[in-house]
Amino acid sequence: MTVLRVEHAKKSFGATQALADVSLELREGELLGLLGPNGAGKTTLVRALAGRVRLDGGVIELFGRRLAAAETRESLGVVPQEIALYPLLTARENLEAFGSLQGLRGAALRDRVAWALDWTGLAERSREPVKRFSGGMKRRLNIACGVLHEPRVILLDEPTVGVDPQSRERISVMLDRLRAGGVSMLLTTHQLDEAEARCERIVILDHGRVIAAGTLPELVRATVGAQRVVTLRLDRAPSAPVEGLAPEGDGTVCRGQVHDADLDLAALLRRVAAAGCAIRDLEVRQPSLQSVFLHLTGRELRE
Amino acid sequence: MIGTLLRIHWTNLRRDRAAQLLTFVVPIAFFTVFALVFGGQGRGVTGRVTVLVVDEGHTETSARIVRALRGEKSLRVRTLARVSDRDTTRVPITRARAEQLVRGGDAPVAIVLPAGLDTSLARFDGGGVPIELLSDPSDAVAPQVVAGLLQKVVMTALPDLYMRRGVGQFERYTGGLTPRQRQAVDLWLPRLRAQAAADSGGPVAGAAGPAGDSTASDALSGMARIKVTEVLGRKEDTSLVAFYAAGIAVMFLLFTASAVAGTLLDEVEAGTLERVLSSRVGMTGLLAGKWTYVTLLGMLQITVMFVYAMLAFRLDLLRHLPGFALMTVLTAGVASAFGLLLATLCRTRAQLGGISMLVILPISALGGSMFPRFLMSEAMQRMGLMTFNAWALDGYVKVFWRNVPLPELWPQAAVLAGFMVAFLALARLFARRWERA
Repeated sequence: MTVLRVEHAKKSFGATQALADVSLELREGELLGLLGPNGAGKTTLVRALAGRVRLDGGVIELFGRRLAAAETRESLGVVPQEIALYPLLTARENLEAFGSLQGLRGAALRDRVAWALDWTGLAERSREPVKRFSGGMKRRLNIACGVLHEPRVILLDEPTVGVDPQSRERISVMLDRLRAGGVSMLLTTHQLDEAEARCERIVILDHGRVIAAGTLPELVRATVGAQRVVTLRLDRAPSAPVEGLAPEGDGTVCRGQVHDADLDLAALLRRVAAAGCAIRDLEVRQPSLQSVFLHLTGRELRE
Repeated sequence: MIGTLLRIHWTNLRRDRAAQLLTFVVPIAFFTVFALVFGGQGRGVTGRVTVLVVDEGHTETSARIVRALRGEKSLRVRTLARVSDRDTTRVPITRARAEQLVRGGDAPVAIVLPAGLDTSLARFDGGGVPIELLSDPSDAVAPQVVAGLLQKVVMTALPDLYMRRGVGQFERYTGGLTPRQRQAVDLWLPRLRAQAAADSGGPVAGAAGPAGDSTASDALSGMARIKVTEVLGRKEDTSLVAFYAAGIAVMFLLFTASAVAGTLLDEVEAGTLERVLSSRVGMTGLLAGKWTYVTLLGMLQITVMFVYAMLAFRLDLLRHLPGFALMTVLTAGVASAFGLLLATLCRTRAQLGGISMLVILPISALGGSMFPRFLMSEAMQRMGLMTFNAWALDGYVKVFWRNVPLPELWPQAAVLAGFMVAFLALARLFARRWERA
């Protein structure tokens, strides 16, 4: 079941076209990764979904209803990229404030604050001002403030940026708990390994358009096809360059790509043997999301 | 190394408009305002004091004094006034009406020339009825100026009277003048009178005498009896404490309002504004919340100031509570709206800091927070009325000095409410940029 649908979303700021024509859908219980280089239109799309940008054209539907309706927006939780917390307030006070702004009152608010403190692992620090928190603690609280009102769809804009691996892991566990409850999530991130590991489907935006969408294998097939990455560890560095391989470090590790492992791998290994090298180790793997991403969006810097 | 550091700082300054504003523009703006406030608008001319004159004697002597007072460039003499606020017929001012006008702040001083003045001047025995000054104690300077000028005027306008009375005293204690001395005195008296008339710009009667002889006046200076009567309430109510409590409170209220309203910019930067606006709260609700908070904070700030003034300086706050409450609610409300307007006008905190300094300090000076407006020139007083804090201070002065009933605060209340609505409307307009793009 589709919970969030974007159809032909268009938005321009002056002469800059932020969203040229974006269509995507988020399915129930799904974690959808929204990727794209800087300036691709991700933030504009997330802000439009959060009701903070008025589209020039197109439609956004949440549970089959136009997003503009206030009651529809209550089903939506937004976790901004910034640490959007009041630093002089304690964790509990921040949760109470944002919960209240989302319409929670009385016992419902108290229950949700208690849940959030437990969920984030901040119960013991709940009475400390947020300004004393580490980056990871702030990130967790930042997420909690966006989901207090139990939204069924959550927009997560770079929720793990700038945190250490332990905090990132903790946040992943938190999000998994939410998903186990049937919550659907749209995650924008530049951390492709994270998206590759966690997202069921991925949408890649560039220049305000969706340039690819699907599961990782689907994206691989649609972009780099049967291409595989081959890594060889040799007994010694080849005395002459081997076609299709690029040496790394001291030359005993070489990396290359084969368009079709069935056809091309044997030929590559023969060329290595012909160069007089013995193979100590061999790894053949599917290209990463990063390969797909760079294949689609190019290697030029986006600034 | 020092050169590198200098270059870094200079580059930073060149690119930081707020710092440039604070470094160069704010001091110049201040200098200009203070030069205008204290420097008589750059022409070295101090403001004229409005004086009401009540002529109860209607004698030639009192007429001569009035004429001489009119000749004083530093006084604006009024002998006529409207019968009342409703009846605009202009009639000679009576003592009761003068008292009413001084109490109402229309003039800081009234001079009452009593009946029997002719026999009271230059008596040399301390007797007779004195000239009375009805003064507004909120103006510490005007009564002093007028009293001094009155002494001078009486001496210079009536030298013949003083000479005649002096000779009378002389005769009383020495046994009389010789016929020749008497003849000389009789010859001299009309000349003195003519000269005095000429000096005061009035019609010259009798023969012209030698000009510029002020020896007699100087010798007799201080011999007109003047009684100063403060026309307002008890003494502790009329001190400058109430004025400065209001003045300082309003000035710092503006800084507080600007600083607290500036949290809006902090929220923009931190992203909490985006988060709040993504919730059920709209921009109007957000501004209303901030305005309410800053207003309540401002009311508390002013109240703390006045309670302190009551405890430390015996300001009679409790007797003026209704007026104080009305003025405090309105003043805090308009200051809060002003702070929000400044915040919505600015893009960054640094910008807000610079603009706040640039705006608040000059309007505080103009509005009378730093220096009482009644001591400024008339032009500056009129200019001050363009600032809302001048109206706020006028309201507090009315409450604490003039003991006016609540309904009489309507002009101040109406103007402050008008400013407040205008500021809020503008703030809402400027805040649109943070709404949905």
